[in-house]
Amino acid sequence: MSSRTARERILARLHSSGAEQTEVPEAPPVPALFLSAEREEKVQRLTELMTAIRTEVHIVEADTWQEKLKELALDKGWKSMLYGPKGPLGPEIEAAWSSQADKLPELTAYTQPIESFKKALFSSIDVGITSTVGGVADTGAVVLWPTAEEPRLMSLVPPVHVAVLDADRIHNSLAEMMTAENWSRGMPSNALLISGPSKTADIEFTLVFGVHGPKELIVLIRK
Amino acid sequence: MGNEKRFDFERNIDGALADGQLRKNLRNAMDILVDKRKAVFTDAEDLEALRAAGNAIKRRALQNLPNLLEQLEANCTKNGIQVHWAEDTAQANDIFLDIMHKHDASAVVKGKSMVSEEMHLNRFLAQQGIDAVETDLGEFIIQLNGETPSHIIVPAIHKNKDEVATIFHEKLADTPYTENVDELTAIARKNLRERFSTAKVGLSGVNFAIAETGTLLLVENEGNGRMCTTAPDVHVAVMGLEKVVETLSDVPPLLRLLTGSATGQVITTYVNMITSPRKTHEKDGPKEVHLILLDNGRSEILADPELRQTLLCLRCGTCLNHCPVYVRIGGHAYGHVYPGPIGKILTPQMEGLDKAGTLVTASSLCGACGEVCPVKIPIPDLIRRLRNESYDEEGNAVVSGAGYKRNLAETMTWKGWELTNTTPMLNRWGTRMAGTMGKNLPKIGALKKWTCVRATPKIARCNLHDRALKEGVNHE
Repeated sequence: MSSRTARERILARLHSSGAEQTEVPEAPPVPALFLSAEREEKVQRLTELMTAIRTEVHIVEADTWQEKLKELALDKGWKSMLYGPKGPLGPEIEAAWSSQADKLPELTAYTQPIESFKKALFSSIDVGITSTVGGVADTGAVVLWPTAEEPRLMSLVPPVHVAVLDADRIHNSLAEMMTAENWSRGMPSNALLISGPSKTADIEFTLVFGVHGPKELIVLIRK
Repeated sequence: MGNEKRFDFERNIDGALADGQLRKNLRNAMDILVDKRKAVFTDAEDLEALRAAGNAIKRRALQNLPNLLEQLEANCTKNGIQVHWAEDTAQANDIFLDIMHKHDASAVVKGKSMVSEEMHLNRFLAQQGIDAVETDLGEFIIQLNGETPSHIIVPAIHKNKDEVATIFHEKLADTPYTENVDELTAIARKNLRERFSTAKVGLSGVNFAIAETGTLLLVENEGNGRMCTTAPDVHVAVMGLEKVVETLSDVPPLLRLLTGSATGQVITTYVNMITSPRKTHEKDGPKEVHLILLDNGRSEILADPELRQTLLCLRCGTCLNHCPVYVRIGGHAYGHVYPGPIGKILTPQMEGLDKAGTLVTASSLCGACGEVCPVKIPIPDLIRRLRNESYDEEGNAVVSGAGYKRNLAETMTWKGWELTNTTPMLNRWGTRMAGTMGKNLPKIGALKKWTCVRATPKIARCNLHDRALKEGVNHE
C-alpha cells in the first residue's frame, strides 16, 4: 500500500534530519493567570469570566438545584428538554418533573443511537441538560466528558445548553485539573472545555451568539 | 502547488494598494486584532515567560519529532483512530477521496483547516464530483464567492457586511438582502444545520496532537468544528506533521499562547479533545476517525537547524496582524495559501525559492513579526536567510531553487565592493570620487527604483576619514 511506503520514507527523512540536535532552552515556569485555595474565589472567578461572554450563571444549593431548573424552564417557556435518564442528573430531574409536569417542558431521553434520533434532535429539542466533570477558574470554562449516558451532541445541537457544575470540582487551571484528575492515564472518547454560548465575529468583528452551537449557555453551580 | 495564473507579486501588490475598500476593511480589522491581543497579554514579563515556555515546548517536540509521531500513531491506533501518512498533498487528497468512496459519500462538511487549503482539497473534490462545504462562517462566505481565505484566522476579513449581504442574497436560494449581521449569521446557521445533520463525512484540522494519549485537540468559537467532528458517521482530521506535542501538560501554555495571539481570547468557546471514535454503547460521535499526517516538505525543512524553526508555528496569525506589509495588501496578494510573514518563510521552503522566493522581498525587516510570535520564531532572521539563499551558489544553500536571483551584474558589483573595501588605495580613491561625483549619479535601473519613492541620500563632499584627520577627534 502506498501510504505504507510513504510512512517509511517520511520517518526515514525525519530520523536522518538531525533534529535531535535541536537546542531546547531552559524555560521559566509558566506564570499562573489565577491561583486561589478558596472555593468561593474560584466560583467567583469562573462566574465573572463566563458571564462576561454571555453565559448565564446561577449559584444554587446542592439539594435544591432542580427548583432553579424548573424556574428557568417556566420563565423561558422551553417546550422540550433532552436529558440522560441514566446519567448523574437523570433520577433527580425525573423526580423534580413528577409535579407540575403539565407546565414543564416535555422530557426527552437520549437513549437511542443518533442514527434513529438525528432528525428529532436537530428539529424538535429546545434544551439539552448535562452534568460536567469540573470547571476551570482561570479562563472560565466548564469541562465535559460526554458518556454513553450523556452523549456528545446533547451539549451542541439544542439551542440551549444547561450545564450542572459542582463548586468543589472547580480547579484553578486546566493544567491543575489535568494533573489532579490524572488525565494522562486515559482520555475519554471526547473531552470538552466550554466557556460560553457558540459565537462568531467573522463579519466585521461584530459579535453574534449562536452561530452553529447553542445560542444560550446556562451554568448551574451547586454549592 | 498549483496557482493557475502565473504568480506576479508586484502586480498583485499594485492591485491591492489601489483597492480603497480592501485597505479600509483590513486596517480596521487588524487594529482590532492587535488591540484584542494586547488586552489579554497585559503583563510584559509574564508574556515573555509564556513565550519562552511555548518556544521550549515546541522545540522539544521538534527535537523528538519522528519518535513522537510514531508514539502518536501507536496511541491513536490503540484508541481506534486510523492513521495515514502522506508525503505530499496529492497523496493526502487521494487518501481522503478513498475514505469518501468507501462510505459512498458525495458531500463533506469541513471545519476550518489551513492544511486542507494547502491540499487544495475543495478544488480536488470538485473535480471528483464531491461537494465540500465550508462551515466556518468566514469560510462559508468566501466559498460562496469562489474565493480562498485572505487570513488564516479570520478568512473573510477583507469583506464588509454589505459585501456579505450581496453574496448571501445572490448565492443562497430564497435569501433576502440584509446587512444585519445577526440575520446574516442566522442565514448561515439555517443553511449549514441542514448540512451537518445529513453529511456522512466531516473534516477538520488539528491544533495540537498529543502523542502521550493519542488525542486530537481543536479550538473554535462557532461550534461548527464540533459539528463536523461529532455529527457525521466519519471524521477525518488532516494535520501537518509538526503539530504533534509530547504530553497533555504541554497543552495548557500553548493554548493560552494560541488563543491569546490569534483572537485575544483567554480561551475559545470550545476546546474539543478527540481521543477515539464512538465506542460500544456510546450513542453518538463518528463511527470512524481518521488522521492524515501530511509531510509536504516539512521533513526537509526540519533538516536545517535554523530553518526548522519555521515548524514551531502554531498558525495563530498574529504575525499577519502586526505586519505593515500584510495590513496594506491583505492575504490574496501573496498568491499562496499562507500569507503574511509566516507565509513568506514557509511558502518558499515548500515550493522552492525560484517559484515563491519573491515573497521574502515583501518585508521592511521591521521585526514586529518576530517580537509578537508566541513561540519566538525569528521570522526576520529567516527572511534574511532566504534572501541570502536567493543569491547563494549551489552547494552553499539548502532550500530548493536557491540562487535563482544570481546575476552577473550584481555579482560583479559586490565583487567590486569587496575589492574596494579591502584595498586601502582603492577605498580612498572610491570615497573621494563618491564625494565629488555622488550628486550626479545617473538615475537609472536600481537607483531609479530606489530614489523614485525615497529621498536621494546626499553624499558629503568630504568623507569622515578626511574630516577626522583635518579637524581632529573630540574624545569627550
